[in-house]
Amino acid sequence: MWKTVVRRVVIMIPQLFVLSLLVFILAQFMPGDPYSGAITPETDPARIEELREKAGLNDPWYEQYVRWVGNLVQGELGKSYTFQRSVGDLIGEKATNTLWLSLLSVILLYSIAIPLGILAGRYNNSKLDKSIVLYSFISYAIPTFVLGLLFLYLFGYTLRWFPTVGSVSVGLDPGTLAWYWDKIYHLILPASTFAVLGTTGVIQYLRSEIIDAKSLDYVRTARSKGIPMRKVYSKHIFRNSLLPIAAFLGFTITGLLGGSIIIETIFGYPGMGQLFINAILSRDYSVITALVMLYGFLALLGSLLSDIIMSIVDPRIRIE
Amino acid sequence: MKTTDELLRIKNLHTGFRIKDTYFDAVDNVSLSLRKNEILAIVGESGCGKSTLATSIIGLLDRNKTRIQGEILYKNKNLAEMTEEELNDVRGLDISMIFQDPLSALNPLMRIGDQIEESLIYHTKLTKEQRKERVLELLNQVGINNPERVARQFPHQLSGGMRQRVIIAIAISCKPQIIIADEPTTALDVTIQAQILDLLIDLQNETGAGIILITHDLGVVAEIADRVAVMYAGEIIEVAPVEELFSNPKHPYTRSLFNSIPQMSQENTRLNVIEGIVPSLTNLPREGCRFSSRISWIPEEAHEDNPTLHEISPGHFVRCTCWKHFHFKSDIGGSHHVYAD
Repeated sequence: MWKTVVRRVVIMIPQLFVLSLLVFILAQFMPGDPYSGAITPETDPARIEELREKAGLNDPWYEQYVRWVGNLVQGELGKSYTFQRSVGDLIGEKATNTLWLSLLSVILLYSIAIPLGILAGRYNNSKLDKSIVLYSFISYAIPTFVLGLLFLYLFGYTLRWFPTVGSVSVGLDPGTLAWYWDKIYHLILPASTFAVLGTTGVIQYLRSEIIDAKSLDYVRTARSKGIPMRKVYSKHIFRNSLLPIAAFLGFTITGLLGGSIIIETIFGYPGMGQLFINAILSRDYSVITALVMLYGFLALLGSLLSDIIMSIVDPRIRIE
Repeated sequence: MKTTDELLRIKNLHTGFRIKDTYFDAVDNVSLSLRKNEILAIVGESGCGKSTLATSIIGLLDRNKTRIQGEILYKNKNLAEMTEEELNDVRGLDISMIFQDPLSALNPLMRIGDQIEESLIYHTKLTKEQRKERVLELLNQVGINNPERVARQFPHQLSGGMRQRVIIAIAISCKPQIIIADEPTTALDVTIQAQILDLLIDLQNETGAGIILITHDLGVVAEIADRVAVMYAGEIIEVAPVEELFSNPKHPYTRSLFNSIPQMSQENTRLNVIEGIVPSLTNLPREGCRFSSRISWIPEEAHEDNPTLHEISPGHFVRCTCWKHFHFKSDIGGSHHVYAD
């Protein structure tokens, strides 16, 4: 199995190379550059030109590309034009915030969706099932920004249960229990918004898997053994129906590291999504390219993770 | 026939499937009995209701979509009226089932040993160690050479024949009185078929269980059955001991079935087929002789208005009186005995 994992990682290198080329070329096509925003009637065009020359923006694209990839391989992601800081540090800082938000979101999402999906599938066509399906359709139909704003207005401004902006209150010492608690406190609203909206897929998928499983031959075999129905469900139906969801976990985990642009923006949460959108708005090339590369890498890693999880939970799939 | 030998008695069984709020009987007024040490074969075309009959016995059909009426008497208790919980005490312990497709009848994510052990957990008081031992014993009994290894394997690691042996091991794990085998050899190739049938006979000789064998393979019937019930369109149309039925089939349907077995001795002939098709569940003729539309050359007067089973010789029952007037259609346009050359 380890051989396969290593082989898969090696295959990722050419994939990443193609991705880097695409990302770089696309970034070149973007109108303007980091200095176009700085031009005002008072700026001396020669000064801008000087800055461009200094940053190497006037070199042919392939020279820029080789320089960029060379730095990338050495782990040097470049310097943000807007923040004048190392891109690595910038991403690292936001990634931690996003990681916390994602973790709580995923935990909430699965702890809502799995029980509901199981109940809907177990008692399908009952009133309970119908109301769960109705819920999942409603949550699917609501746009993120609508629910986000609704939560913000209701629980943030009107009821004042939760903070409405930021990731932690000012004035708390990092590392203390109060600080951690405050961080979680700030996470609850954005995480629940994310969780409520994400449940539809998992509920529907699990529900239909369970309904299908009920009429499978091996479930009939299990029933013919005379074991109690709840055991048939727990040992034969639920376990097997949760399989595809477990396998999808790899994608979910890495996908969440990308952060959600809309949720982070609405809740003023300083994460990757916010960093990304700000970088685009300010034409911060080094940040944009680094982030897109990172997202691409995470997607590749996600599929690898999913394959590994699948091979652990499903005995039929053994990576040779 | 001594009544003490009787294991199971089915009386006026109706099993209906719900289609748009109406129930249509796929098994229509079936009465049968099974004795100790007997292999009772139920034969018929696909869709004649034989599998539905088998699954009705231990209530494996979806209760929301089916309706079972009549009596299925086992040890003086009516299985048809039992709740799911009550049935669970019978399933696997007294009556067990062997399924058609060994490739899909085992849980792909569970080890073979655990799947066999399951029914032992609920039906016996054996300790964990004793159960493990019993699993190996069972695997051995169904002719698996290295039980220790197989018990730890997953279904996909075994061949079709091996999996069917595992399913048989599950079925016999609690030494049931009755085994219902629903086309146990259909999905297997011919050499494996013979091995599985031999295994079934051996196991029966050891345990004295009654076996209900559902099949459409008349070769299998001739080989191992004691008694045969022929089903057509939800009804039993003929019941007889196996030698009697094969040497002296009476009902037009039974005779057409035998006639449609390809003969090795007849070369270059077309297959003899039965005219028409089995009517679908929703438009079964519920009155009169159900086979009459497929033997249209027999005059209407030959059929009974309400065909019943008549005992024409000891143990040999035939439905309707039309058999007395039946002859194979012989004109060139007909589908019987038409030669290709």
